[in-house]
Amino acid sequence: MTPSWRFWLIGGLVVAVLAAAIYFPILRRRVKRAARLQQQSEEQARRELTQPIAINPGEPRVKAKLFWAADAIDSTLVPVTAELPLSNDPVLRSKQILNTLLAGPVDTELRTLPPDALLLAFYLLPDGTAIADFSEALATSIPSGIVSEQLAVNSITRTLEANVPQVQRLKILIHGQEVETLAGHLDLTGTFVVNTNVAQEPPNPAPTPAGTDKPASPARAAKAPASVLATLTADKAPGKLGQTESRP
Amino acid sequence: MLLRVSNIFRMKFLSLIGLLSVSVLAAVLVSASPTLSQAQQPSPGVPAATSPTASPGLGGAVGTAASAFGAQTQQSGLNIVVLDPAHGGTDPGARGTGGIRESEIVLDFAVQVRRALELQGFQVVQTRQGNENPSFDDRSTTANAQRGAVFVTLHISSTGLPGTARVYVNSDLPAVANASGLIPWDRAQAPFLGLSKSFGDLVQGFLAQRFKGSPDTAQSASVRQLRTTAAPAIAVEVSSVTVEDRADLDRMAPGVADAIARGAAAFRPSYVVPSAPGALP
Ligand SMILES: [Zn+2]
Repeated sequence: MTPSWRFWLIGGLVVAVLAAAIYFPILRRRVKRAARLQQQSEEQARRELTQPIAINPGEPRVKAKLFWAADAIDSTLVPVTAELPLSNDPVLRSKQILNTLLAGPVDTELRTLPPDALLLAFYLLPDGTAIADFSEALATSIPSGIVSEQLAVNSITRTLEANVPQVQRLKILIHGQEVETLAGHLDLTGTFVVNTNVAQEPPNPAPTPAGTDKPASPARAAKAPASVLATLTADKAPGKLGQTESRP
Repeated sequence: MLLRVSNIFRMKFLSLIGLLSVSVLAAVLVSASPTLSQAQQPSPGVPAATSPTASPGLGGAVGTAASAFGAQTQQSGLNIVVLDPAHGGTDPGARGTGGIRESEIVLDFAVQVRRALELQGFQVVQTRQGNENPSFDDRSTTANAQRGAVFVTLHISSTGLPGTARVYVNSDLPAVANASGLIPWDRAQAPFLGLSKSFGDLVQGFLAQRFKGSPDTAQSASVRQLRTTAAPAIAVEVSSVTVEDRADLDRMAPGVADAIARGAAAFRPSYVVPSAPGALP
């Protein structure tokens, strides 16, 4: 009596464990599929959101250069040429080109920016300093490391350089805030040189057009973009930004 | 009897499966737990306030007050290496799927780098000894208080060809304001960029000999940690946390340590140490 009872108990347990062993991978697959579906729908939502900016059939199609990774392991960038309808307005054009960059290449292994990152805002100051405000995902989803963070920033600056000649320097904000680093390594407190030819010219008072938000010292604004930025983000860290201003 | 034998077999089988499922559960729990401590942001430091060497009147500057440090009788020439195992504390740095954490591995690397440097006759100062997370400015402060020092920050990347190592020096910083002979704290690295590049090229050269697929010369990147460091400063980043087995990274430690120590020794004659800590070279 007792041994047979034990037999059935153990037999039942074995069956339960076996059933669980079979069911577990199925469950896992289902969860994975659900996660992927969610990711896809998020990406779709983002695409839909950026669609009006990314594709505007009214604009003439031009050859645009987008810098994505050369291969999945190497940390170099290669330009990919695509025919895109791009605006002639530098701000609109920058938004279009950055949204295309964020959407990523056909081969997703070659993307340089996290798929869930969004461009929230883009401004261009009269002195050629651009400010790109990205969603938090740019900082939180990017693989941490000097090499990966630099690849991300370089893909942004080189893509802007190749397509929007008006952008000379770039300041990257995360969700409207100045942050110290992208993901623990790359310095985001300063500006990145975008258009090397123009940006390294000696400062000269003429190129800043009228209507600068810093009419007091247009010459210095060209040399030290931080002084211009200070007016935008002064409430966050006035001392810090004040320091980055180089003194003649 | 037959029943008993098969019973024993089944019991063994059952306990095996039981053990297996428990370990699977444990693995799932372990792999899930690090994501809880993920939300960590390096605190945006206020450079002037956190630097003890800053002169308050100039909005954060590395002082050239030689008298304050003159009492320290030190040998002239490069004799100190400030070693910075990056991240730590609530900041794990790069994380691999196998649970590898950059903050832990760089601390282990630092032990070996330190030993190799001491064999070359260097005094080694570490920015952290255990699992703490000093701010970028705290770490730079440690370096900037030394005289005749070079700075090496150690990292493990998330990407890149596994088994390679790269040296970075800071990207060009805008010109240093220097009417008063003071270096602004927030770009303390600017006057040292040339020296950092020479030092970095030497270390990268030794790394390239040991780790095939690594670059031949140091590269430049806007590395936050280097910007506020008033000494020849490099970042060494090893690829990567994606290795299946932690041992693959551990095996690289002696080679990395040797390259840094030989690089620092080779750099020693070319570095004329400034008269005061943080002063222009
Ligand atoms: Zn790191």
